[in-house]
Amino acid sequence: MNKIIKYVLYDIIRNKIVVAYTLFLLLLSIGLFNLGSSPDKGLLSLLNLVLLTVPLISIVFATTHFYNSYEFMELLVSQPIKRSKIFMSEYLGVTLSLSAAILIGIGIPVLLFAPGATGLYLVLTGVFITFIFVALAFLASVITRDKAKGIGIALLLWFYFALIYDGIVLFILYSFGDYPLEYATLALTALNPVDLGRIMVLLNLDVSALMGYTGALYKSIFGSMWGIGLSFGVMVLWVFIPLLSSRRVFQKRDL
Amino acid sequence: MIAIENLSKTYGKLVVLDNLSVNFDGGRVVSIIGPNGAGKTTMSKCILGMVLPDSGDIKFNGESVLNKFAYRSQIGYMPQIGKYPENMKIRQVIEMVRDIRKDATVIDEELIGLYGLQNMYDKRMGSLSGGTKQKVSAALAFMFDPQVLILDEPTAGLDPISAEILKCKILKEKKKGKLILITSHIMSEVEEVADEVMCLMDGAVKFHDTISGIKQNTNEERLSRAIAKIMNEED
Repeated sequence: MNKIIKYVLYDIIRNKIVVAYTLFLLLLSIGLFNLGSSPDKGLLSLLNLVLLTVPLISIVFATTHFYNSYEFMELLVSQPIKRSKIFMSEYLGVTLSLSAAILIGIGIPVLLFAPGATGLYLVLTGVFITFIFVALAFLASVITRDKAKGIGIALLLWFYFALIYDGIVLFILYSFGDYPLEYATLALTALNPVDLGRIMVLLNLDVSALMGYTGALYKSIFGSMWGIGLSFGVMVLWVFIPLLSSRRVFQKRDL
Repeated sequence: MIAIENLSKTYGKLVVLDNLSVNFDGGRVVSIIGPNGAGKTTMSKCILGMVLPDSGDIKFNGESVLNKFAYRSQIGYMPQIGKYPENMKIRQVIEMVRDIRKDATVIDEELIGLYGLQNMYDKRMGSLSGGTKQKVSAALAFMFDPQVLILDEPTAGLDPISAEILKCKILKEKKKGKLILITSHIMSEVEEVADEVMCLMDGAVKFHDTISGIKQNTNEERLSRAIAKIMNEED
């Protein structure tokens, strides 16, 4: 498998988009830390931008990469290698290069300006979001052979998780505001990896006091090691469900 | 060497392979002919595991190949249109495939030499002409001394000299006891290299016989006429 990952990585590094992505994250992080009055504020603005851009770039990059690697995969499929190996190598190649961009572009500035647990959670969330959205992108790409359709599905997924889902949650909270919704909102959070990541980082900042009862509940759950473990567990599920289902589709389709 | 048993494949409503059963033995060159869309390429891709059949089985030396991959180290495949990653250089493609097939004991670089591919090693695959890509495909197919060669319209994009080199190579490999499957539309070429002709039509075998057998049965001197005669008789 390492052999194939090597060639996938080689291909990705040469088209320079990942390098541009790293520089973009680096500039963004350094800029935000220098603009804000305190490192906490910097982290907060960085969190919001990361949760918007990282999923978008991961999903678009992974989808286009998958379609552009079609020839590469076709060449490999006629060779004595397992199909799942080809697929997993593609996945790991993309996720590892994008995660490296996050570790360099966000990890280093965080280490310099705001070292601590919150910064660590921010970087970890970024890496998890990358793994999740690349898996979703691959799922969109194996469903359809048409590149335009695949990218369309990928963008819709991003719209849903980054924008529409929050709208739905807000709508539910307003409509059923008379009922105790703490546990319902907790469940709703688990259904969106972006929200899950946001809350995990927010609760480690001191802004959770502003979030009222729900915030207090979140704090009591996510504040403990048990809660953090659980939310990372949910994140892992978010990686594996789309990844394994897309691998299944890939193994059973014609090339 | 390869046995195809009741193989069926449909793309939506289109039936491409219809309960196809056929046997191929080693040391023969079998030419697969048939009208466009008869299922020739689909059959080759099924043997390679690139297309997964709806039903039926393919056996390689007595063992089913479905959902297996190791058997492919014994197959060299030259696709009809070679698709390669555009950014890779010829050298990298060849090195990569070699890297994947590390356990191959014999490396046959004859075609690389005869086609002068070394001089073009640093060209990008995307900048190559169709014919040069065909040469790379041919070199890769023969490189690992496989027991079976599947050549999908091998000479379609090649110049006459390169086509001649390839034909000589095919005959040379046949003598080593290999099975060589060639799909082709050029009858003179079929007559030159093949021992047997298998005709596919609408996803089923129309006839499968040796070239001399076909000529005898139809009382024709030329293979193209003989085949035209068989086709017309049935209509």
